[in-house]
Amino acid sequence: MSGPATVLDAADVQRALVRIAHEIVERNKGTEGLVVVGIHTRGVPLARRLAAKLGEIEGRQVPAGALDVAMYRDDIGMRPPQATHDTELPFDLAGKVVVLVDDVLYTGRTVRAALDALTDFGRPRAIQLAVLVDRGHRELPLRADYVGKNLPTAPGQAVRVQLAETDGDDGVVIEGPAEKAVAS
Amino acid sequence: MDKHLLSAGDLTAPDITRVLDTAAHLAKVTDRAIKKVPTLRGRTVCNLFFEDSTRTRISFELAAKRLSADVINFSAKGSSVSKGESLKDTAITLEAMGVDAIVIRHGASGAPWRLAEWVEAVVVNAGDGTHEHPTQALLDLYTIRQRFPSFEGLKVAIVGDVLHSRVARSNVLALTTMGAEVTLVAPPTLLPARVETWGAAVSYDLDAVLPKQDVVMMLRVQLERQRAGYFPSLREYARLYGLDGRRLDTMADHAIVMHPGPMNRGVEIAAEVADSLERSVIADQVANGISVRMALLYLLLGGPTEGFGEPQRGAPMGRGAA
Repeated sequence: MSGPATVLDAADVQRALVRIAHEIVERNKGTEGLVVVGIHTRGVPLARRLAAKLGEIEGRQVPAGALDVAMYRDDIGMRPPQATHDTELPFDLAGKVVVLVDDVLYTGRTVRAALDALTDFGRPRAIQLAVLVDRGHRELPLRADYVGKNLPTAPGQAVRVQLAETDGDDGVVIEGPAEKAVAS
Repeated sequence: MDKHLLSAGDLTAPDITRVLDTAAHLAKVTDRAIKKVPTLRGRTVCNLFFEDSTRTRISFELAAKRLSADVINFSAKGSSVSKGESLKDTAITLEAMGVDAIVIRHGASGAPWRLAEWVEAVVVNAGDGTHEHPTQALLDLYTIRQRFPSFEGLKVAIVGDVLHSRVARSNVLALTTMGAEVTLVAPPTLLPARVETWGAAVSYDLDAVLPKQDVVMMLRVQLERQRAGYFPSLREYARLYGLDGRRLDTMADHAIVMHPGPMNRGVEIAAEVADSLERSVIADQVANGISVRMALLYLLLGGPTEGFGEPQRGAPMGRGAA
């Protein structure tokens, strides 16, 4: 089968985010000193939603930020320059626990760039990683602390995350030949 | 867009918009505690300046350094050029040393085009003779966009020595590409032949033009032009084409005043106008120059081969099919 297949529908995405929010609260014993930072593009609305859920669970606001990693990539000069975005971190990172949020964890290179970018803004006490989908095939020694869905994929496949804020509706779709799919 | 930035006329409207958008994002780097990103680590930018320039060279140098590129400053004075080395030999020498980009300021119109034929490096025109100064035009457009939502139908007057102004030529090209309505205002002696082909309106009467403008861009009057007979006296020039407080009062309330610098206060622009907090965006132009040049260096040097390539808005990194 090679047509697009829905892996998570809108309700699945919603449930995954609620579960991740509870895991974050459990792991950190609350939300004291916690900030949520989304990686452009789709990590940003995910981070805002997670921050809102954390606020509902604990009854206190959790600040959310946005991080652009285009200037920190390790493939600059290897392909056309990536579009840039605004980095907005309306808080001091020193001593905070940062939950970094992205839609798909794949090679790990975006997250590596994000770690470098964050370091330029301050020295958090800890950085944790939350992703909606982990599709495996890491090229760097990184792992996520919170995963919405582990999705075995083949390298030739594409995982498309759609969010209401950017695409009109929530959902995760996998495209391309699946015969050689392997678990991470 | 081309591999090089030689003329403002080579840029399409989407190219210009992409430069300005990228500059807006990169401007934030200047507000950080660490005013530097690692983007162009290991790339070398050579500022090759055959004419004196303080602000443009420093602006390019800061832009390259904020992107972590290595910078070589080469000025013709005290170099092998003063021993008679040709532009071509200088270019071949720089190429042999492995520079990735050459930012050139040269007194001869067209010099950057010749240079681009000889070297593999990216060439950025930082002002060639009386011809073009595309990065100045882009920083002017960036400054205008901070005050006005759109260029479409925006009325811009460019006032002064249009004949010798590379700033005017590049601005007319970039502004008309973006849909602005440009009026050139100058005495007849300081307008180039066939100026009617530029796609801009022409007037000799500043007072008639001023009240209708959204943006008034004053050009530097080079004092030696008076000795060459282009106008009878500086006093007369200032009276007819200088922007003073009285003329400022005839402008629309929202209109802004620009000047590429360095200014001749009391000649083309009165001190009270240059220092007007509500009207003058001259200091903004200087600050914006760094962001715009960062954007250009990123877009020209941040890719594998030539030019901007296709913009990849929010393209997922390595997530798609190979």
